[in-house]
Amino acid sequence: MAIRVNGTEVASPDDARVSLLDHLREGLHLTGTKVGCNQGACGACTVLLDGQRVLSCLTLAVQADGREVTTIEGLAEGDGLHPLQGAFIEHDGFQCGYCTPGQICAASAMLRELAEGVPSYVTADLAQERILLSREEIRERMSGNLCRCGAHNGIVDAIFQVATEKAA
Amino acid sequence: MSKVQNAIVGSVRTVLGWMPSQWLPGGTPDPLIERRAAIGRQASRLDGPLKVAGKARFAAEVIADRLSYATLVHSPIARGRITQLDTSAAESAPGVILVLTHRTMPRIESPALISMSDFSAVGNSDLPILQDAEIRYNGQVVAVVVADTQEQADHAASLLTIAYAREEPATRFDDAKAKSRTPDSLLIERNHVSVGKAERELAQAAHRVDNLYRTPWQNHNAIELHALTVFWEGEDALTVHDATQMIAPSAAVLAKIFGLKKDRIRVLSPFVGGGFGGKGLWDHQILAIAAARLIGRPLRLVLSRESVYRIIGGRSPTEQRVAIGADAEGRFTALIHGGHSVMPTYGACPEAYTLGSRSLYRAKSFEILQHHVELDVVPNTFMRAPGEAIGSFAMESAVDELAHRMGIDPIELRLRNEPERHPISGAPFSQHARRQAFTDGAERFGWGRRQSEPGARCDGEWRIGMGCATGSFPYARMPGAAARITLRRDGSAVVACSAQEMGMGTSTVQTQHAADRLGLPLSDVIFELGDSALPAAPMAGGSSQTASVAGAIIAAAEKLIGELVRLAGNDSPLAGLRAGEVRLVDGGVGSIEDAKRHEAYSSILARAGREEVTVTATGSPPLEMLKYAMHSTSVVFCELRVSDVTGEIRVDRLLGSFDCGTILNPQTATSQFKGGMIMGLGLALTEETLFDERSGRIMNPSLADYHIPVHLDVPEIEVMWTGIPDPRSPLGARGIGEIGITGVGAAVANAVFNATGKRVRELPITLDKLL
Repeated sequence: MAIRVNGTEVASPDDARVSLLDHLREGLHLTGTKVGCNQGACGACTVLLDGQRVLSCLTLAVQADGREVTTIEGLAEGDGLHPLQGAFIEHDGFQCGYCTPGQICAASAMLRELAEGVPSYVTADLAQERILLSREEIRERMSGNLCRCGAHNGIVDAIFQVATEKAA
Repeated sequence: MSKVQNAIVGSVRTVLGWMPSQWLPGGTPDPLIERRAAIGRQASRLDGPLKVAGKARFAAEVIADRLSYATLVHSPIARGRITQLDTSAAESAPGVILVLTHRTMPRIESPALISMSDFSAVGNSDLPILQDAEIRYNGQVVAVVVADTQEQADHAASLLTIAYAREEPATRFDDAKAKSRTPDSLLIERNHVSVGKAERELAQAAHRVDNLYRTPWQNHNAIELHALTVFWEGEDALTVHDATQMIAPSAAVLAKIFGLKKDRIRVLSPFVGGGFGGKGLWDHQILAIAAARLIGRPLRLVLSRESVYRIIGGRSPTEQRVAIGADAEGRFTALIHGGHSVMPTYGACPEAYTLGSRSLYRAKSFEILQHHVELDVVPNTFMRAPGEAIGSFAMESAVDELAHRMGIDPIELRLRNEPERHPISGAPFSQHARRQAFTDGAERFGWGRRQSEPGARCDGEWRIGMGCATGSFPYARMPGAAARITLRRDGSAVVACSAQEMGMGTSTVQTQHAADRLGLPLSDVIFELGDSALPAAPMAGGSSQTASVAGAIIAAAEKLIGELVRLAGNDSPLAGLRAGEVRLVDGGVGSIEDAKRHEAYSSILARAGREEVTVTATGSPPLEMLKYAMHSTSVVFCELRVSDVTGEIRVDRLLGSFDCGTILNPQTATSQFKGGMIMGLGLALTEETLFDERSGRIMNPSLADYHIPVHLDVPEIEVMWTGIPDPRSPLGARGIGEIGITGVGAAVANAVFNATGKRVRELPITLDKLL
């Protein structure tokens, strides 16, 4: 079996203990995916697995066998920036830049969850089919991605802008 | 930290006090304050595209052939010695290359402790590093396991058998207080300040408050884990890719420890994933470098989050007494601030929580004195706004308590005690507009809508309150900062020094600065940092880096002027002008008096037959900070809700109004201010490193159990500033990295009181304290 990472087939590691995170960083040198805790508490290692956000530190590489992994390096189409990447720069949604790839990957999946009508803790009416976009919804849904530099306002503004442009 | 130091600093201040200001750095204001172009503009950070694409390469991301991986093993006891150590199972585990213990660790000296008299010393601890069987704190490293892969190293570490003989540790704060020591000085300040008879004034005061405030252990928790990748070339040349906020000083210290010539060691750290005071020189770098030398292979060590808590110290807990006496009009007659914090004898970083209280208010009498408690713990270190972040919580809570007791608006009470000069030293303020920061902030925030009666505003189960507080953080410019300017014939320039970029925006802001300083467009300037091979910058700490590096660039630019005037010679429109009569402007050198006398850099270099001109210079000694009272000032406003049912606190609004001199880049500065304020929300409401006083063990060494603010905890934050340039500092700027957090704790606590009538004097203000 093999894993598809950003559209390219790569081999699974020989050692079954290797996490998807370590396989990406140490095996494939895709170091855009970051390590902040190795225990699922910070979100820095967020990648997309078949389009869903997962914590790659809590995912064994072998669990990705036969599946499609998208990392920050593969988020944009072509050589340019993904709209979220551009919006993060515009709104200064980071300082040190370390949690940033995880924030952006999580945001891209989160916008899809919103569009699919998946409710959250702050959704007032769980039965409604369309979730109303709000900063509060973004904040709640991004709360698994920690930022210690305190770029929260910029991150939320960046995501809100992209979500609004998408909807328009 | 001695009487001698007090005497030296005291005499220098006295002499500088007599000296005419024009003799000193900052005596005449930096001319760029008046004619800046890129500085002060909104500019997105230049490293943004790399960071959002995941292409900024951090210390643990350097690729190497035959790379090895290390794991640390920590002591589970606080004091005693290793009596049995069996490494055989680990050593025979698959992939294991080395098990380093006190038996196999090479004999080395510990690094010299961070010092105010030797800025090249940067050790956080001078305990022996894996040199003997002694255990001195819970979490101390007792072994390093190195293997071909991280998984192999982690597994082998679990196979070590270690037995300990336990001794009774000193781990109880209250017990250790009885044996506390009283240092002569705190950083560069005298510890004991006694003006008048403060206790007597307090006893006789018309109004008084006198309370104890407590703050817990806290940890920095930068999201990037401490990490390094080490390369040895033979035994005598070393390259370290480290996550550090002290590049040049680390290189110097490591050279000494490992017996290397200074040009045979290179420390690189172009990107650091957050520092906040925690990314200094600790045991792990020394252990990793020693292990890599022994095995003759490149080595990577990424600390686990738990290891970060175990061996990287955080902010000391404090118990502070603040007492204020006031006359009938609210004028302070006594201001008393003192107490206890932890500082082991083997540590270097006092938690100087009384420093802010020396400059905040005028008072008839002062009594300020700190005591250090010794515990067997990982030595505490500086964490964002060391001292001020928690000292301001105590002082500014006390002021709010006094205002409430007197029935005066807390802003009005503060302004009645606003000092005209530094309250203790009498030195003039270089620039000080706290009054304006208060007035502007109060208006924007809508302070007038605050009900002075606690608990008067409700919305269903929620009680709503407003609070404010102010803070002060000293200006610092470090001595010895150097920079190099290389001017090329095509008119472009490269400015370089070993400064650190941890997200503050240094690389962006200094590019803007260099462009203005050299009279070039932003696109023609490159600013290089993050490499000890460049001219040495001091550590990034004390909110000093921007001023320190700016001072170095100023010195280099002055040297460049001299060089260019010499090269211009007699066939130039500049002929006959001396260095003091020209400036760098419009891509060349121009007469200050006569704008028509100007020659482009390209023209000067072409005629002189030079491809480039390179100058290196060191910034002037930072005497301005001893002659003037120079402080960044914050005024923080908070509005929040407290649930009557659960005690839950939700912060709805937070506004910071700052007086910090020139704001060099509004976008990156806003992020620095907001970042500090958000860390202040954590300090106020959730952050606490839980320390088991029986075992001396940290019980929540993880981001799951140590709660930093998450997105849902952070409201829209407003930031504003006076923007008045400081005539005594480079570019008119003072530090902004640490003033953001200063005052937030008290603003939140005061808002909680306003909402509920409950005064919480112990951080963090958790739900249980309100029920």
